[in-house]
Order: sequence, then C-alpha cells, then structure tokens
Amino acid sequence: MTVIEDLAPPPKVEVRPRGVSRRDRWQLRLPLLPALIYTIVVTQIPFLVTLWYSFQSYFWNTPAPAHFIGLSNYKTVFTNPAFRGALVRSVVMTVTAVIVAMILGVFFAVLLDRKFLGRSIVRTLIITPFLVMPVAAALVWAGPMLDPQFGLVNWLLQPFGVNHEAWLTTHALGSVILVMIWQWTPFMMLIVLAGLQSQPADTLEAAKVDGAGAWATFGELTLPHLRPYIELGVLLGSIYLVNVFDAVKAMTQGGPGTATTNLPYYLYEQVNNAFDIGGAAATGVVTVILTIIVATFALRMFARVFQFEEA
Amino acid sequence: MTAVPIRDREPAALRLRRITGQVGWGVLAWVVGIAFFLPVLWMVLTAFKPESAAQTWPPKFIFTPTLAQFRLVFSGWGPYVTHSLIATTVSTVLVLVLGVPAAYALSVHPVPRWRDGLFFFISTKMLPIVAAIGPLYVIALKTHLLDSIWVLIILYTAMNLPLAIWLIRSFMLEVPKEMLEAAELDGAGRVREINEVILPVISPGLVSTALICVIFAWNELFLALNLTTTNAATLPMFLISSVPQEGLYLAHLSAAATVASVPVILVGWVAQRSLVRGLSMGAIK
Amino acid sequence: MSSSRFRLRALGAAGCVAALAAMAACSSGGGTSSSNNSNSGTVTVAVVSNPLITNQMIPLTKSNFEKQNPGITVKFATYTEGDLRAAIEKNVSTHSNAFNVIMIGPYEAPLFAKNAWLTNLSKQYIASDPGYDAGDLLPPIAKSLSYKGDLYAVPFYGESSMMFYNKTMFKAAGLTMPDHPTWNQIAGFAAKLNQPGKVSGICLRGLAGWGDNMAALDTVVNTFGGQWFDMNWKPQLTSPPFVQAANFYVNLVRKYGEPGAANDSFNQLLTLYGQGKCAMWYDATVAATSIATTYPDVYKQTGYALAPVNLTKSSGWLWTWALGIPQGVSDSGAAWKFVSWATSKQYDQLVAAKDGWSAVPPGTRTSLYNNPNYQKAAAPFAAITLASINSVDPEHPTLHPVPYVGIQYVDIPQFESLGLTVAQQIAGAIAGTESVSQALQAGQSAASQYSPSQLSGG
Repeated sequence: MTVIEDLAPPPKVEVRPRGVSRRDRWQLRLPLLPALIYTIVVTQIPFLVTLWYSFQSYFWNTPAPAHFIGLSNYKTVFTNPAFRGALVRSVVMTVTAVIVAMILGVFFAVLLDRKFLGRSIVRTLIITPFLVMPVAAALVWAGPMLDPQFGLVNWLLQPFGVNHEAWLTTHALGSVILVMIWQWTPFMMLIVLAGLQSQPADTLEAAKVDGAGAWATFGELTLPHLRPYIELGVLLGSIYLVNVFDAVKAMTQGGPGTATTNLPYYLYEQVNNAFDIGGAAATGVVTVILTIIVATFALRMFARVFQFEEA
Repeated sequence: MTAVPIRDREPAALRLRRITGQVGWGVLAWVVGIAFFLPVLWMVLTAFKPESAAQTWPPKFIFTPTLAQFRLVFSGWGPYVTHSLIATTVSTVLVLVLGVPAAYALSVHPVPRWRDGLFFFISTKMLPIVAAIGPLYVIALKTHLLDSIWVLIILYTAMNLPLAIWLIRSFMLEVPKEMLEAAELDGAGRVREINEVILPVISPGLVSTALICVIFAWNELFLALNLTTTNAATLPMFLISSVPQEGLYLAHLSAAATVASVPVILVGWVAQRSLVRGLSMGAIK
Repeated sequence: MSSSRFRLRALGAAGCVAALAAMAACSSGGGTSSSNNSNSGTVTVAVVSNPLITNQMIPLTKSNFEKQNPGITVKFATYTEGDLRAAIEKNVSTHSNAFNVIMIGPYEAPLFAKNAWLTNLSKQYIASDPGYDAGDLLPPIAKSLSYKGDLYAVPFYGESSMMFYNKTMFKAAGLTMPDHPTWNQIAGFAAKLNQPGKVSGICLRGLAGWGDNMAALDTVVNTFGGQWFDMNWKPQLTSPPFVQAANFYVNLVRKYGEPGAANDSFNQLLTLYGQGKCAMWYDATVAATSIATTYPDVYKQTGYALAPVNLTKSSGWLWTWALGIPQGVSDSGAAWKFVSWATSKQYDQLVAAKDGWSAVPPGTRTSLYNNPNYQKAAAPFAAITLASINSVDPEHPTLHPVPYVGIQYVDIPQFESLGLTVAQQIAGAIAGTESVSQALQAGQSAASQYSPSQLSGG
C-alpha cells in the first residue's frame, strides 16, 4: 500500500553513523511512537470489536442481549444478494467516477496550462465544487438542480427536448455519479496541473524545434510525464470515492429500489434501519478483507512506477 | 546549428491562426469554468429567494431577494457551528502535533523499517470506517464519549493523520541537505533541528496540510450522524435536518448549504496555491 | 523566521488549542442531574422535522415554556423521519440517555412499551395530574399510543388520510365528488381530469418509505381486502387482493399521476397541489392545515372527501406524532413538564394566539373540535378530519382478521426494515424500473425470510 513516487532522486541526507546503540535506536523511534500508538489504538480496537460482534446476534430493536451464533452472520453475507448488489454498485460507481473525473481533469488541466485572460479566475471557479460541503452539494443537486418540476437542469435542457425528466428516478445512479464527478474533477485537475507545470520546458521546446505537432508532443512527451500524477490521482480519488456516503444519503437514500445503494450506504442501513449490529459487523469484516485484496493488487499494478523514496 | 527564433519567421496567416486558437482555448476554458460553477451560483441565488419563488417553473432568476432564509439559518446554527469549529480545529492541531514528529521519523532520520511504518499508516486509510460504525457506537457509549465532541476529535484525527504524515514527509524530504548538515555541525539535537531548521522551511507545506485536514474534518457527515445527537452535532447534521418532513424547504436548504460551505470555499480560494502544492505532493518535481 | 518568533507562535497556537479543548470539555457531556425535581434540568427532545414543530413547538418553547420554567433548558434534535427512528431506537435500546423526550408514533409506542423502554405515563404522571385531562384525547389516537391500557406517549398532533380535490377543476369538468367515494370512482375522475403536461388527474405518494408511499398503498391494500400476513404469519404480498391493490395504485400513478412520482411524498405533493398542478391529492389530513397556511388561494378552491374505499367501510390511515419519556433517563420530572405543556389545551391557545386557530396542531383532543373558535377557523376541514380519525380502527385494519395491529404499518420490530424494502420495490415499480409483480415477488421473499415465531414476537 505504497504510494510515494519521486521522479528525481532526492538529495541524500547523510546520516552520520552514530552507532547502533539501543538508546540511539529508541531516539529514532520516539518521534514516530505517538502517532503510531494513537493510530493503532483508534483504528485497530474498533476493528477487533467489529470482529467480535460479527460472531454475535445483536439487534437494537429488541431488548435481548447479544449472544454468540458463530459464523451465521457470515453465511448471510455470502448468500444475501443485497450485499453482492451493493458491492457491484460500489465498484461501478467508483470506477466510473474516477475514470471520468480523471479524463476531465486532464482536459481541464491542459486548458488551464495555457495563458489566457482571467486564467486564475477560471481556476478558482473550477476548484470550487471540491470545496463545497459534500452533503450540501448533494442536497442542492437533488433539489434546486434536478427536481423534476422545478429544477434548473430541466430548464436548461428544455431546448434539447428534455421534458420534466425525473433524474433521480429514471437516472438515479447516473445522477449520483454525476455529483461525484462534479466534486472530484477539480481534485484530479489540480494534481495533473502540478504535473503539467513541472514538465521541463526545454524538452518541450526541443520537440517544437524538431517540428513535432501539438498532438504528438502531448501523446509522446506529456502523457508519459503525467503518468505518475495520473496514477496518484486515481489512487487517492478511489480511496475517497469508494467511501462516498453523503451523496447517496442526501439524494436518493439508496433508491429507487436499491439502485444507488453502495457499500457504505448498505452498512448504514444495516445499522440504522435493520438495527442488525452483528450482521453489519460481518459485512464490515468481509468488506475489509476485500479491500485488502484489492489494495494488494493495486499495489502490484502501480509498483513498477511507484517507488518508495529514500531519505 | 542554431535555430532561428520561430516567431520571427512566422507568416501573418499562421499567426492569425495561432491567436484564434489561443482565444478559442480561452473561451472554452471560461465556458467550462462557468458550467462547473453554475450549481454553486444557483445554490447561492436560491438562498436569497422566498420559498414561493424557489419552487417555480420556469426557475426564477429575477425575484425580490430576502434575507429571511439566512436569518432562519443563523438563528438555528449556533451549537452546530461551534461544534464544527471545535472538532475541526482541535483535530487538525492534533494531527500536526502527532504528524510532524512521525513524518520526521519517516524521512529525515528514518527508523530502520520506515517503509513498513508508512505502509501501515496508508493502510488504515484504505479500510472503510463505515465497516465499524455499530461497534464504534458501542465503544463510544461504554467510554461515555457518545455525543461528546471528543469522539469526533479523536476519530477525525485518526482519519486525517495518514494523509498528513504522507504530505508532511514529502515536504520534509525537500529540506536542503546543506541546512541539515549545517545544523548537525552546529551540534543541534533532534528537537532544535526540527524547530529551527525544518519547521520554518516546510511551514507553507504545513499550511497546505492543515488546509486539507480542515476541509475533510469540516465536511464530515457519516461519523457525526451516527455518533452524535445534540451535544456534538456538527454543521453537516444541521444541513440534513433542514429537510423537513412536511413543508417547503428549497430556499432554506440553499441558505443552509451556502452558509455551511462558504467558510471552506473562502479558505480554499485564498489558499489556492497552497492547496495545489499540497494535493500534488507525493509526485514531486 | 527566527526560532524565538516561531516558538512564540507555537506557544500561541498551543494556547488556542488548550482554550478550545477546555471549551470542548465544557460543552461535551451536558449536565446529567438525575433529580426528579421537575423544576430544573435539561430536556433533550428528539423531534421530526415538520413545520408544526419547527415553526411552532420550538419557537414557543423558547418564548413561553422556558420563560415560565427558568430552571429548565430545552434542547431539540431535529431529524427527518427515517433518521429520527434510527437515532431514537438506537439510543433508547442502548439506554444511552441521549434524549429524555422522544417523538414517536403508534408504531414505536406499543413496541417500546413492551420492551420496557418507555415510562408508563398514565401511572407515573397523568394519575397525579388531573389538569392534563387525558380523557379528552381522541379515543383512536389514545388507544394507538397505549399498551395494556396505559398511555406510553401523548399525542402532539394526529392525522388520518383523506382526499383533497380542486373544486374549480371538478366543476369545469362537470364532475361532483361524493362525500365517501370509491377508488373506482376516483380512477374515473382522474382519467377525465388528467391534462398531460399541465395538470395531473391525481397526485399520489411514490417516495420509498413505509411512512411515505406505503402509507398510502397500505390503505388501498386494506380496502381491497388484502393484508400483509395471514393469521399464521405467512406473508400475503402475492395474494390476489394485494396484487390487485398494488397494480391499481401503481397504474393509477403511472397513468394519471404526477411525473417523477417515485420521488414524491408530502412535501413535493403539497407544492404541486398548491400550484394547481393536481386535480386530486390523497394524503394526510394535516395537509389541510398546510394548504391553508401556505396556499391560501388554492385553499379556497379545495374540497375534501373521506379516504376512498372499495370493500371496507372506511380506509383512512392513523398516525400521530407523540411525545414519550424513555425509561430511566435523567431529569424525568422536567421532561414530563415539557411533554405535558406541549400536548396541553393551553398550548393550543398559544399557537392560536401566534398563528391563528387554523394553524393549531390537529387531531389530538376532542375539546379542540368542540371549540367554536377552531370550528370557525378550520371550518372547511375540521369536521371531516375528526370523522376520518374517528372512523379508523388500527386493531382491525383489514377485511379479514390479521395477527397484527396497524393500518398503514405492521406493528412488529422487523417492519422497520421490511417495510422499507417493500417500499423501495414499489417505488421502483412506480418509476418503471421493474414491474409490479417483480416488486411484489421481491417483497414476498423479503417477508418470507422471517419465521412466524420471529414475527409474532414471542
């Protein structure tokens, strides 16, 4: 689960050998310990408790206390189509949003890389969606923007033949994904922009001198240079987008039917609607295991380009 | 062979094409910018409408603006914004206090197994917090932290710490080795090294890291919704509660959404460059 | 930057953090004085987000209740219905003491009472407080909030369902609405009044939620002779009457209902009706109050009819938002003081003074309907609201006997989840993303996952 990449080898700081005495080793470790201990306590303890509850039958809508039922919750997780559906939807939503946001991000970064009148204003406008509170964005999109009767989008699309379309009914998943893309494209754009602006100008000049056209330069020089930035954006974006909850809760509450129920919302409903703590815990444990598997694959895929940078 | 500056040899027709191309890109960029900003603009506009003007067909652009919705929002938001401010600020400071030494121990004078350390921190970010929400509730209840601002502070710190460590570490790696060597020659111990050499140099990076932590903590809904009720409810919960069961609400909702988002938007606008730097760290130069 | 300046800044920052942390320590863990002294304490109320509460109860609490009771502080936590249930149920069942007053309905009251999660209000407080006049409460409402004869919650407002219609549109089409219509008549009216793109023949709830679309659909199911479970707790969602009712409702909405119905509940339909886009609207009786206050012009054109029937004599639903006190919470004396204030006759007078008699929370006390001021101000809808509430019987909601109580819900703990699942399926059918039979099949299998012993509660 990597992710640091450095293109130019960093200045090596010479660590003067101070001897490998235990005191020195502890001196090295000491600054790390507070954060490490804190993280272990706050993240691992809840996971262990989750593991514990996954073997219990524990409901919040009856007064019966929690009792041990072995692997029964896990059996339900694997046989219940609801979990599989939520999983598939999570994947679809994340992959679509990440890919589209990145494509748009590259496009916008290229646009903003050139000088034109009011460039900084345009950049400010484009990054604003990322700064809007996600639940606020979701509520505004669901109401004033996409409402079938009174929404702005329907009004804007009227000349194109759209007539009071109920977006959150007929295109629920698309609407939620749209909001995800709207909020995260600026993030992708900023990362790619940093990459564009770090491109050494002399190689571009040389290409121009050699007579290379704009498209060729982009394809053969710029894109490869941007690759680590793009992969960073994809990785970071995926981590956050797979956990999207606000948009689903505020726009569609997982509906219509279960059309927009992703994993976070499914877990939320298990706890707050079915009050099935044991079942939710088992679902959670399975989700964590799946995440670890996926992350390991992701690490392998990006390992070639990502290297840990040495101090 | 020296290249003759291309511009000097550019014929008029080509130059015209180049300029129209530039203008074309500029116009396209403006169109994109406005399109992306439009929902935010609509949100702010709707916030100034009376409810009757907020639900019309066709949507109204001309109307008599009113501050009534904002008055409603400000009369109700007091405890929520206080909780948001406390949770965000304290957790961000805690992140920096924990993160700076940890990043130091993973970069400048790294522990022997620093790769594993970094792995571990990043891995906690990959595990979805939603998986543990029921047990988190029970833990919070048993430790008397339920509906306390501390439960949010603790969890937000854990939520932002991995990203912060990673970012701060990248900034620390940029500190020129000459400065570090000079400090060492001077006989500086670790603490002085951090205080007098590293921190001043990376302070812009600390600012951008703090900014990102503030954004994520301020906007967080899931944990607040599940673990707080009245004594620690934050602004996102105020927003959700402004959707009434049986009544009109679009204008009021827009006002609440505007008020909730404006702080982070303003901060993000002002600190754009910092934000860019922070977000692109990790894939440097 | 010199090191001393930096240190100074660091100290300043640390000082700020310390101050904030101190504030945090003070603001967290609100004082829990477990006194039964009813004159002081903190009352934390979980309420549903609803104009009768946000525009009346909350402001009046600040301006009246807290002034008359200076030792008591009242805090409100406002939620939408689904979030309210989640917050209340998990806090009450884990005894977290987060709320000492909760707003619940006839779904939760008997269930919580059975679990010993609620204070017995009759024995604990009302018995020693004759001024409260619990006998004044409308009998169906009081019965729905009782368990073994005692009240476990007291009503803030109550509702049934009825048909609203635009008299002007009816007259223009040459139609008359009978006082007690049948669903077939309604379907006929809807067909004639429907003007696609301008006016919907009828506006109906489609939003997924057992308190939203299923509330309306359940009343249709009941009056078509259907039921959720038979006497052996076998689910009946694919039985002929249920199927017929579901098809009727879904087709009615799809043919003559408002576009995008799968997203609509009370709020959206109120707006549509108030803007003249619905010829008829079947919804809660309390909508009359909302129409009167928000859309005075359409209010003048509005006529009222009892909930449409088919095979039964009456078919309205029954709901009340009521206040209860969880068992074992702190400051319970102060809590009862607030609860009794908010559900008292005096409270009605306060609202009347603030917003007029037509805005008073309806459907709780007989005395309100005997009050000449109210009769005058709410003349168009008072009588029919009272008639609707008095005509329903949640203990015998269906044509054939059933093992459960509840008209538009089944009063079992599993219904919270099951009702939502079926509601989501029906919303899908209304949206056109699945057929009615698919929706009912999915609902039937969801209901079949519970064993009869689980459902009957043991």
